[in-house]
Amino acid sequence: MTKPDSLQSASPARADDVVVDVRDVHYAVNGRAIFSNLDIKVRRGRITAVMGPSGTGKTTLLRLITGQIVADKGQVVVLGSDIEQAKTSEIYALRKRMGMLFQNGALLTDISVFENVAFPVREHTDLPEPLIRRLVLTKLQAVGLRGAAQLMPTELSGGMARRVALARAIVMDPEILIYDEPFVGLDPISLGVIQRLIKQMNEALGITSVVVSHDVQELAAIADDSYLLSGGRVVASGTPSELAKSDSEVVRQFMTGAADGPVAFHYPAPDLAQQLLTDDEP
Amino acid sequence: MSNGRNGNGLLLEGTRRMGAVFLFLFKILAQCVPALGRPGLIIAQIYNAGARSLIIIMLSGLFVGMVLGLQGFELLQRFGSEEALGTAAALGLLKELGPVVTALLFAGRAGTALTSEIGLMRATDQLTAMEIMAVDPLRYVAAPRFLGGLLAMPLLAATFSLIGLFGAQLIGVQLMGVDKGAFWSQMQGSVGMSDITEGIVKSVVFGATCSLIAVHEGYNAEPTAAGVGLATTRTVVASSVLTLLLDYVLTAIFL
Repeated sequence: MTKPDSLQSASPARADDVVVDVRDVHYAVNGRAIFSNLDIKVRRGRITAVMGPSGTGKTTLLRLITGQIVADKGQVVVLGSDIEQAKTSEIYALRKRMGMLFQNGALLTDISVFENVAFPVREHTDLPEPLIRRLVLTKLQAVGLRGAAQLMPTELSGGMARRVALARAIVMDPEILIYDEPFVGLDPISLGVIQRLIKQMNEALGITSVVVSHDVQELAAIADDSYLLSGGRVVASGTPSELAKSDSEVVRQFMTGAADGPVAFHYPAPDLAQQLLTDDEP
Repeated sequence: MSNGRNGNGLLLEGTRRMGAVFLFLFKILAQCVPALGRPGLIIAQIYNAGARSLIIIMLSGLFVGMVLGLQGFELLQRFGSEEALGTAAALGLLKELGPVVTALLFAGRAGTALTSEIGLMRATDQLTAMEIMAVDPLRYVAAPRFLGGLLAMPLLAATFSLIGLFGAQLIGVQLMGVDKGAFWSQMQGSVGMSDITEGIVKSVVFGATCSLIAVHEGYNAEPTAAGVGLATTRTVVASSVLTLLLDYVLTAIFL
């Protein structure tokens, strides 16, 4: 097994500084290994990017961190709690300290933008209505959509829906904010808006951010630390600029977007000539 | 040999599925008490499953009652006892047609809507988003819909029976000339509380069954367009077959 490119030049993380600690995690689905020996540390107050080609299990990693699934082996420690050992009630308590932005926004489609943002507040607190209103409008103002408060989610564009989802994710003032592919399918303006918002949330509110994406350029502009996943493990880690200068072929292929390389262009298949000459289906 | 294996596989799959539905029922029941603390959600679901099904239930009830009036009159006339039409229509509607036809219509109208709604919520990550926001979707989504369906069904079945009686009376009394007094008085004399109870029990059981299947299929639908479509189909098929099967069992128990 090759050792991951350790490009990390920043000072080593202190134990109390690490809010998400993925230690030697193994995870398989139907016998197919998604992760083997996965190690990732997310430090408090920083933006950590997790990059990798499609199908490398980036979303699975988020499901591990949020306790939706449990690792076959290894440990996932979030805000000091071991996800595997935690009871359902503890997982739920932990989730109140996290926010997550889904790729498609995942807004509740039968209630308005305002009610979507108010949803976690109404569910978890007994705050009076005027206070909820102020809270929701403040968060919507932060994402620039206070004027869209009364719209229904179906009336929003993809970028707007993601901004509303971001307002909903921060309404409970989480310690960790997780972004699942926040840049996918956005026009350049919306993309820039989301990019700036991620940075603002981190700087202004001090929220620790985990951004899972394969958009290298966008991440490079905002990430403090980054991990590159391939083949179910971390193949490189460091600051985005360190990754850009890496000699590793996998890192170079990913950063430059080369079609073929260590990550093969062709899905494993029998020899083409042999397959064309046989009549067997398909 | 292979048929035997297939048969075993089907039996195993059927047992597994039934076990999964029962486990799901226990999970929902555990969430029903906290869900009762949010009556607004349940009322909204009674409106969705019940009020929005009213037109189809009333129209169907009217036509079923009218057919019952025609067929009943034609049959009873042969024995010279047309006056018993009121009794025949009332017993047929209260004990059988009301609960059964309402359940079948409920499965087709409200059941499919529930399954596809919850299935799409699953496919668009809305249920996962709730879990991440530390809100149990079983409590917020599944339990209110189950309770809403459970409460709406007996009300719909009662409406169906009432409109059906009106339809039977319309044809029997107004069109065919059965004596109005005999129609109502015979009905009043023959229909007992036990007949009404049978209808109520049946509609509650069918309501629970159809709602449970609809919510279970939606909640566990594969998060794809095809998966939601398949789940919706399964809701109609399973609800209809189970309604008819349970109808036989309950009728046998009440006899």
